Amino acid sequence: MTGQPRRLPVGGRVDRTSPISFTFDGRTYQGLRGDTLASALLANGVYVVARSFKFGRPRGVVGSGAEEPNAIVQLGTGADALPNQRATQVELYDGLVGASSAAHGLRGLIDAARRVLPAGFYYKMLMAPPILWRFWEQVLRRGAGLGTVPQGADPDRYDKLNRHCDVMVVGAGAAGLAAALVAARSGARVVVADEQDAFGGSLLASALHIDNRPAAEWVVDAVSELRTFEDVVMLPRSTVVGLYDHNFLTVLERCADHGPSTSGAAARERLHRVRAKEVVLAAGAIERPLVFANNDLPGVMLASAVSCYVNRYGVAPGERLVLATTNDAGYRTALDWQRAGREVVAVADSRADPSGALPRAARDAGIRVLRSHGVVEAVGHAHVRAARVASLNTAGDALTSTARRINCDLIACSGGWNPAVHLSSQTGTRPVWSDEAVGFVAGQRRGLHCAGAVTGAATVAECLGQGAAAGASAARAAGFATDETEPLATDEAPLDAQQALFVIPHSRRTSRAPPQFVDLQLDVTAADIELAAREGYESVEHAKRYTALGFGTDQGKLGNVNGIAILASALGREIGEVGTTMFRPAYTPATFGAIAGRDVGDLFDPERHTPMHVWHEAQGAVWEDVGRWKRPRYYPKPGEDMDAAVARECIVARTGVAMMDASTLGKIDVQGPDAARFLDRIYAGGFLRLGVGRCRYGVMLKDDGMIFDDGVTVRLDDERYLVHTTTGNAEAVLAWLELWRQTEWPDLDVYLTSVTDHWATMAVVGPKAREVLGRVCSDIDLGADAFPFMACREGHVAGVRARVLRISFSGELSFEVNVAAGQAVAVWEALMAAGSADGITPYGTETMHVLRAEKGYIIVGQDTDGSMTPHDMGLDWAVRHGKRHGFVGERSLALADYQRADRLQLVGLRTVEPATVIPEGAQIVADVYRMRSGRVPMRGFVTSGYYSATLKRSIALAMLKGGRGRLGETVHCPLDNGNVLAAEVVDPVFYDPDGERQNA
Amino acid sequence: MLLLQCPHCLEARSEEEFDYAGEAHIQRPATDVSDAEWADYLYFRSNPQGRHCEMWVHTAGCRRYFNVVRDTVSYDVLAVYPIGERERESLVGKPPP
Ligand SMILES: [Zn+2]
Repeated sequence: MTGQPRRLPVGGRVDRTSPISFTFDGRTYQGLRGDTLASALLANGVYVVARSFKFGRPRGVVGSGAEEPNAIVQLGTGADALPNQRATQVELYDGLVGASSAAHGLRGLIDAARRVLPAGFYYKMLMAPPILWRFWEQVLRRGAGLGTVPQGADPDRYDKLNRHCDVMVVGAGAAGLAAALVAARSGARVVVADEQDAFGGSLLASALHIDNRPAAEWVVDAVSELRTFEDVVMLPRSTVVGLYDHNFLTVLERCADHGPSTSGAAARERLHRVRAKEVVLAAGAIERPLVFANNDLPGVMLASAVSCYVNRYGVAPGERLVLATTNDAGYRTALDWQRAGREVVAVADSRADPSGALPRAARDAGIRVLRSHGVVEAVGHAHVRAARVASLNTAGDALTSTARRINCDLIACSGGWNPAVHLSSQTGTRPVWSDEAVGFVAGQRRGLHCAGAVTGAATVAECLGQGAAAGASAARAAGFATDETEPLATDEAPLDAQQALFVIPHSRRTSRAPPQFVDLQLDVTAADIELAAREGYESVEHAKRYTALGFGTDQGKLGNVNGIAILASALGREIGEVGTTMFRPAYTPATFGAIAGRDVGDLFDPERHTPMHVWHEAQGAVWEDVGRWKRPRYYPKPGEDMDAAVARECIVARTGVAMMDASTLGKIDVQGPDAARFLDRIYAGGFLRLGVGRCRYGVMLKDDGMIFDDGVTVRLDDERYLVHTTTGNAEAVLAWLELWRQTEWPDLDVYLTSVTDHWATMAVVGPKAREVLGRVCSDIDLGADAFPFMACREGHVAGVRARVLRISFSGELSFEVNVAAGQAVAVWEALMAAGSADGITPYGTETMHVLRAEKGYIIVGQDTDGSMTPHDMGLDWAVRHGKRHGFVGERSLALADYQRADRLQLVGLRTVEPATVIPEGAQIVADVYRMRSGRVPMRGFVTSGYYSATLKRSIALAMLKGGRGRLGETVHCPLDNGNVLAAEVVDPVFYDPDGERQNA
Repeated sequence: MLLLQCPHCLEARSEEEFDYAGEAHIQRPATDVSDAEWADYLYFRSNPQGRHCEMWVHTAGCRRYFNVVRDTVSYDVLAVYPIGERERESLVGKPPP
């Protein structure tokens, strides 16, 4: 045991045969298998494990589990590092490297800072001039160490798993085990999860007997019996971090965190996504600390934690103990301490007449019990050297004697228990104050069965009984029959009533006394909360945000209820009336790795590739993400930037022949006797008289009259149409069509199928398009009269069955060749070969944008934003009024507001300086001279801006108030670099306004 | 995360498979109503604390829309029924089976 001065010679669930070594803050120590990092540090006499968040005060281990606010550590180094872990829950392993998260705190500021960082500091700073906040942010961030971000990509593997069960048992202490046994015996599928490495909860550190056996033996038997059931899944080292609606739970299992990193060889953590019919919440309770002066000094601990270190780990974190308690249960710690051979200097019990079994046992054991006493202040610099105790009045809110000093090096405190109601409140069930339990207990809701300390139960016998009852009620609710179970007997002493006391008063008033900490992690004091109440933050939610109470990574597991009690007292209200704030998932911090699972890297968000993707890649295409699609943006030749490549591609398309992969356009196959009637009602234009083999451009409105989508529809047959949607809107359009088909017009006999992925589309564009296509297509007459603009023909291209549409989004002569996706690459390559003599050039989305903008064709979603009508966009020609059933959105077009002459309207802009392109999003102002005043009316904005190589000048599309009435006027676009661009308002069609080229 | 019984697939499935589709039983008025009445249909929806009739669509399943009566406080699903059927009074206000 060399080097472990605080290790007891015997006892604990630790393996004493072979010590293991670990490193903390650069120093090497020895510990034992079965230790946590916290117990090993205490065994080595390491008491200061952190510096506090705001004041840099030394802090030590306070608790022994999830509640720990101080001992927050970073494990490992580099990419494997795991920040923000509670040392009390970190299992020790050989070679563990840990570091205090806040080791480099604000040592310089220490206590002086308390005067300048009062409650509401953040709020006040954020309301102050920004420069002040920037200063403080620098200072605070350096000190506020809650871990550092691991460097490099996480090499570890994380899994996700879906589970379904009848009964999910949260927590495997006395209540959880009892519940799981009853539910399992009924035949229900059960999942039991517990955050510790072994099942048993507090029974693991208990000297009690259950059913005439030591508690630990009862646990072993219960676990063995559970293992015999095929439909029981047992998850140790698994924290239920979230409880969501309809009993969906997330359980974080730490598979390999208790050993050195496997660098991806095995799953490090696993997130179980459990859907349970019924949930048994047996999450236990967390001991409530007492608030007194300097109660943050290392050496002030929870009484239950002291017992846990003694009984479970064989560690005595001190020599001389003073116990401060308001209840009988705390006496167990005094007895444990004495049994460990250490000295109990005194018990300060706030109650006037502690006469229960445990206080009697303490007195019988020779322990000095001070009635009506409290610890008012801890004394010491980096560690407890003494406790100041004084006598209290009956209510516990005033001192009745001066304080006297009692030398000690450990103060254990017990202010009662806070049920772990966190999970139950995550779905919105408010915890309820119980005067009997002196704590907030879980609220009731269907499907949730609470058992054990979470209900306020104080004895193991109660927990076992409630657990069995909850297991039975959960199993029955899930449809299983349960047998009666015999109640289990224990040898524990009955507990007398506790006193509801949260703060031990000081001789000086709160604001002048040494700090009385409520929230240790965020350095919130009783004085801060009183100040918040004085400044009018009376709602608990407001006070929380003003003081930052409970905002730490521990979500105030120790401090919240004390804070609420102080607020209630300052406001003169009852605690239950003030209520709690809500707890949110996760119960303890969860890693992003576990939440992401395997959905990282290539699997994070699936990419969609067109059939020709590999070809584009081989040509060096630069990609543009459109929805999930990867689309070639342009194909640079060596030495070309985007502007040069796009200019070249545009010129080729306008003068020779070019080809674009248009496969990503959404395609919906519409079939049925009522297909025409359906489309006629959906589209603003008329579709009843569209002939077979003909195409029509359609604009689709939402019922508010705003443009939702546009595209070309082809009539393939009497009862069959192919609707094209924009690339990004394909799914939304299908859902929209289905909504109308299913809910408004169920009488129409029509069916919709997405065929986007079934077809590949290649647009052959340019004056030589007919010639090139003709070389690989012999069974379609491509002549201008035989195959006119806006027609569709079927035949073969490069020997493959093809549907060819003579439509154009470029304004040039254009054929869109559609073939089955699986045969597309061969056809694409055949077309490239057929056009090679004419210099055929692939082009991407950027060139497509320029070509269509030259023609004034809009892109829905770029030139529109859901607030534009067809009239606004100059699309009246695509609207047909007077149809028998009208069309979606038609009534809205008649709304008075839509008739305003000053609505934003689509126009073209020609910059006065032809070489300068107006950036998209630029604002248009009316009066450049008034601009200097900073108040100038906005007239609109630019939606598209490009350099047109064909026109040798910059062009732009814009939405301008009353724009069509302003042709010829000059407008101004101020840029963020201070320049102002002047531009002339023109018609949006810049090129070939009569359409001679596409009709050629 | 809700668990919804699709009335077409007849299976309880996770919310992830569905999309919310707005309040149910909104009557689309005839087109000869006043601007105010039309705007009421377009823009105004109830926002009750309690029972709410709404539409969902089984996007990752049968792609069909259906009606749900859901308590907006407890999130209990009180009824599920196909489009075209009126709310089943017998189910309303009672917990699901
Ligand atoms: Zn379905």
